[in-house]
Amino acid sequence: MKNKTPILFITAALSALLLGMFFGLFASLQYIFPDFLKEIIPFTKMRPFHTTTVISWIILAATGSIYFFITEVEKIAFRFPKLPKIHFIIFMFTGVGIYLSYIFDKMEGREYLAYTPILTIPILIGWVLFGINYFKTIRKKVKNWPVYYWMWGTGIVFMIYHLCEAHLWLIPSFRETFIKDITVQWKSYGSFVGSWNMLVYGIAIYLMSKVKNNINVARGKTTFFFYFLGLTNLMFGWAHHTYIIPTQIWIRYLAYGVSMTEWVVLFHIIYTWKKSLSPKIIEDNRVVYQFLVAADFWVFLNIILALLFSIPAINFFTHGTHITVAHSMGTTIGINTSILLAAMFFIVSKLKNEAFMFRKLKITYYAYNGFLLLFLCTLLYAGVIRGNWMYFTKDIPFSEMQNSLYYTYIAFFIFGIGLVWSILKIAIVLLKPLIKLFFNTSIKISE
Amino acid sequence: MENNTQKNILVITILVTIFSIYNLSIYTSNKKGKVIQLSENAIQGEVLWQNNNCWSCHQLYGLGGYLGPDLTNIYSTQNKGPLYIKSFLNSGIKAMPKFNFSEQEKEALVSFLQQVDSTGFYPNTNAIIKPNGWVDIKYKNEK
Repeated sequence: MKNKTPILFITAALSALLLGMFFGLFASLQYIFPDFLKEIIPFTKMRPFHTTTVISWIILAATGSIYFFITEVEKIAFRFPKLPKIHFIIFMFTGVGIYLSYIFDKMEGREYLAYTPILTIPILIGWVLFGINYFKTIRKKVKNWPVYYWMWGTGIVFMIYHLCEAHLWLIPSFRETFIKDITVQWKSYGSFVGSWNMLVYGIAIYLMSKVKNNINVARGKTTFFFYFLGLTNLMFGWAHHTYIIPTQIWIRYLAYGVSMTEWVVLFHIIYTWKKSLSPKIIEDNRVVYQFLVAADFWVFLNIILALLFSIPAINFFTHGTHITVAHSMGTTIGINTSILLAAMFFIVSKLKNEAFMFRKLKITYYAYNGFLLLFLCTLLYAGVIRGNWMYFTKDIPFSEMQNSLYYTYIAFFIFGIGLVWSILKIAIVLLKPLIKLFFNTSIKISE
Repeated sequence: MENNTQKNILVITILVTIFSIYNLSIYTSNKKGKVIQLSENAIQGEVLWQNNNCWSCHQLYGLGGYLGPDLTNIYSTQNKGPLYIKSFLNSGIKAMPKFNFSEQEKEALVSFLQQVDSTGFYPNTNAIIKPNGWVDIKYKNEK
């Protein structure tokens, strides 16, 4: 293995995952002890630290996986072989810049992109370089693209577009009109998630085709139909975030029609794939398979939740409550993280030339899924209490409702520790060989 | 170029064309009813709202953090309003950081919250839920 940039991306991604979880734990402590260290690590700082770092986990893991699959599994040489390293360096320096911007209170951005907006420029440059290298390489060297190449390509392009769109508030005419401004802000966030989902789901389909050793998984007509449906969702399905904002009615109607079929897309693909796997194939790639099955399970649970609150009458009561958080945690941890961990196990086993034994990971694997389930249940419960307080009670102050959730927040914190513990154990299993392999000069990738 | 690739490019082109028209209409559209333009002072307040990460804990239209209450209609809520908002800003109560806003900054934040308040309702308690699952939300300043 000549170019070790994918290993750098993956190692950085796993480190971001661990760091992001610890930031999350500290932030959640303030729900239990509102005064806890609030002068040193106020919630207003911990939350941006947490969200930026866990988003970085998804982005770095997806990017590193795509670089690895193209160069080391497909054996396709990039048109510009030095660009992945430049891409990595840009992202790492920007990451340091973002942390410094948070530490020194230079947070002039908005939710999820709280850093000073100037730092968006190097992020965009990184994506553009990735895009140029990707399209220049794949266009020439791959005929009749399987669906995952389309997904990665559209993911990169829309990532660039929506990152720009999320900063339209810098233009005075947007900023001055509050309703349009908030609508466009949340439009961009919804589609931004849709864009990284394109990268992550593309990885899921890629892994399925490799585990099954059959490219047809990624070439069927149904697969492409669902890809286009997913793309339609990315473009138009964001508005369930803004049902309650007094924007134009047609935007809300359109969203009602389009929203949330995205989950059906992935569920269908994974379900059909799983049904047709032989026991031998499963055994050879057991750990990868198990994490994809976990993603399948979380897709199923999230479909129910997502379909329910894509109905405006239900969204009316769940919007602005912890139920929305449960949905986003369910998708980012349950679905995205499970798929990306499957990718990590696939990559590290290729690097090690040796499959991981599932029985060694069994307890941790079930703990990860079990704690996540309990974690989400506490959020759903808190959401029901908050929704009830908003619409069915009168004259009860916010603080009283919040105090009534004290034990729920304790449970949330304890299950959070369980989740961090299980992910930490999984990450160590992956990081140990990765670090060793990074310093090994002659790695041969298994076929 | 293979047949399948051409077909895929055609579908993507159609989708992107519709998407472009859709985006253009959103970027140039205004909400139903009278459009509220933020004043210079309110924009100053929004800048403070952003720079101090108020959205980490508070929400506007249910969008933001959950540690604190939603502030969409704090300005017009009975027994609350501008003085109540100002008294909270530097109080450092519970998880709220102890800010050090000047009187001018407090005015700017109040102005921002006042103008947000005038754009609509949240929670939209007078909305009408229809049997088909649709919700007719109540607009402020309807034409």
